[in-house]
Amino acid sequence: MSVLWGRRILAGAMTLVAAAAMTACGSKTSDEGGAAGVTADVSGDTVKVGLLNSLSGTMAISEVTVRDSIMLAVEEINAAGGVLGKKIQPIGEDGASDWPTFAEKAEKLISEDRVAAVFGCWTSASRKAVKPVFEKNKALLFYPVQYEGLEQSPYIFYTGATTNQQIVPGLDYLKAQGTKSVYLVGSDYVFPRTANKIIKAYAAANGMTVVGEDYAPLGSTEFGTIVNKVKSSGAKAVFNTLNGDSNVAFFKEYKSAGLTAAAMPVVSVSIAEEEVKGIGTQYLEGQLTAWNYYQTTPGAANGKFVAAYKAKYGADKPTSDPMEAAYVSVYLWKAMVEKAGAFDVEKVRGVSDGITFDAPEGLVTVDGKTQHIAKTARIGKVGADGLITEVWNSGKPIAPDPYLKTYPWASGLS
Amino acid sequence: MTVLFGQLFTGISIGAVLLLIALGLALTFGQMNVINMAHGEFIMAGAYTTYVLQQSITGAGLSLLVALPVAFVVAGTMGVLLEILLIRRLYARPLDTLLVTWGVSLMLQQLARDVFGSPNVQTRAPELLTGNVAVPGGLTVANNRLFILALALAAVAALTLALRFTPLGRRIRAVVQNRDLAAVSGVPTARVDRTTFFLGSGLAGLAGVALTLLGPIGPTMGTNLIIDAFLVVVVGGIGQLKGSVIVAFALGVLQATGEYLTTLSVAKVIVFVAIVAFLQWRPQGLFTLRTRSLA
Repeated sequence: MSVLWGRRILAGAMTLVAAAAMTACGSKTSDEGGAAGVTADVSGDTVKVGLLNSLSGTMAISEVTVRDSIMLAVEEINAAGGVLGKKIQPIGEDGASDWPTFAEKAEKLISEDRVAAVFGCWTSASRKAVKPVFEKNKALLFYPVQYEGLEQSPYIFYTGATTNQQIVPGLDYLKAQGTKSVYLVGSDYVFPRTANKIIKAYAAANGMTVVGEDYAPLGSTEFGTIVNKVKSSGAKAVFNTLNGDSNVAFFKEYKSAGLTAAAMPVVSVSIAEEEVKGIGTQYLEGQLTAWNYYQTTPGAANGKFVAAYKAKYGADKPTSDPMEAAYVSVYLWKAMVEKAGAFDVEKVRGVSDGITFDAPEGLVTVDGKTQHIAKTARIGKVGADGLITEVWNSGKPIAPDPYLKTYPWASGLS
Repeated sequence: MTVLFGQLFTGISIGAVLLLIALGLALTFGQMNVINMAHGEFIMAGAYTTYVLQQSITGAGLSLLVALPVAFVVAGTMGVLLEILLIRRLYARPLDTLLVTWGVSLMLQQLARDVFGSPNVQTRAPELLTGNVAVPGGLTVANNRLFILALALAAVAALTLALRFTPLGRRIRAVVQNRDLAAVSGVPTARVDRTTFFLGSGLAGLAGVALTLLGPIGPTMGTNLIIDAFLVVVVGGIGQLKGSVIVAFALGVLQATGEYLTTLSVAKVIVFVAIVAFLQWRPQGLFTLRTRSLA
């Protein structure tokens, strides 16, 4: 066998690997089938809901925890008598970390299973993929993860934070600390790029300087150069929108370059309790995060949630912001259905404004106009035990503003 | 100027990582011409070995030192098993080897997921290796990077000496240069293959231990590394260690410089374009093994 022959085969294999990696992006949703406005089947003594999360593939790490918390909420509600006298029958589908699959499974849940609502999705890419499916069928999706804002679909309820409930408060906190210059580090896709556009507009209006901006491809684990750039930039803080494994490499490099949370804190928006475990407290201790909920958030509702979750899934399993938002989304749907007195999507949407729930994160209120929810922003600090403790909060729930219309500095964004 | 030296060192340390992950492949792919797609999972095995050892050995420094030989043996043994069970039967069928080892790689990933869970796990690095040393001129050099550089160079030196001066090394070279002639001269080629595979896979285990200091430890960590590793060996030239060494450091410095002047994504493009251009010019790689065999 010649050397060149081996190389040619290798080239083919590499193409295959690259292609496998790329099926994760691209591709549009199908437009076939599904008459507009499939009505949910609620004729029996149960009501079906769809759970659409990635149980396999690269996103499974995160999305399984969301599925677990949705199931917890469903079981609690069923144990307490169900919704409008009907037990919830959850129908789970695996989105498989593949956006076209999400669209396909959403169509199946709506048209075949005729569920009353769907709970799930994590990445913005998966949400963008299923959005037309829900809009075409006039069906409901509850989306539980913080995201980049600038979206408002009539058939999606967003129970995670939009930018003005997470990123903007994070910047407010840095400003209050007297931070005059920031360095932006993010993964190279829609969320970090949009977030950084917002951060730059904020900085320009608030006397902050963005001294540098760097993006790493998703999955990239070589941060020597970026950390060198950060170090020599003289920035006072880093705003980190990296996602996934890149965070591990980034923080290990950060520490070994001699950068510390005291001298140059990093504010992260994608590192929750679960991720802290995977990166190592040795590298993260003292660094900051921006979320709306931590496992340590005080209050009876959270005590109950954490205890129930650990009892069901194991004492070593932490609870995190997206999990909490997913748990809350089921209760919010229940409250809307009960207020409407029906499972009908349009009726549920019609009564959503002003619905409140005493959530683990504190009181949340649904804003009927944007279909986002008012949430309290919380800045936390990673402790030696791997948990995150709050160092600052917004004092009261912040009204959602996905298009940042109430912020004059954001007028140039769209 | 400080930044420039900092970047040069970053480039060299990227090169050291590349070298460490590619060294084992330089043996198995480079010398035996076996395309082992599961090489990345042997690296993963090394990283998880470190993690498992830390559960019982509390001292982070001690556990890292113990992990080096243990990971070498663990990954090496996995390699030998793979060789005996599958690869040995497929020596003349490179395409089948490739598909089979890719399948093995997926199975090992799933195994890791079932045993350790899909989220990443953390290991503690010894405090000494999380700091840095100041070099006169305002430059700081990260200790973990120095450690990896030293480890990579030590591995290259040991391998070079072993290949050149030991009876085993002589046999390996004989098989690489002319398998048939070696066989008729009484060299037990099957056993030599197995030993070579043990060494190559063991080196992947070593790389895994070193990578716990730098990056994530999870079921998919190997897939991110395998392409880089093959690039180094292919560009370096088959059958030669020195090619891999030179290419690893050259790519590291090119990557670091490109990244400093542009962005990470653009730097990757620059590196790939450079590789494609280079292979157009020298499709056989930097160095080739000159033999009198007709194959």
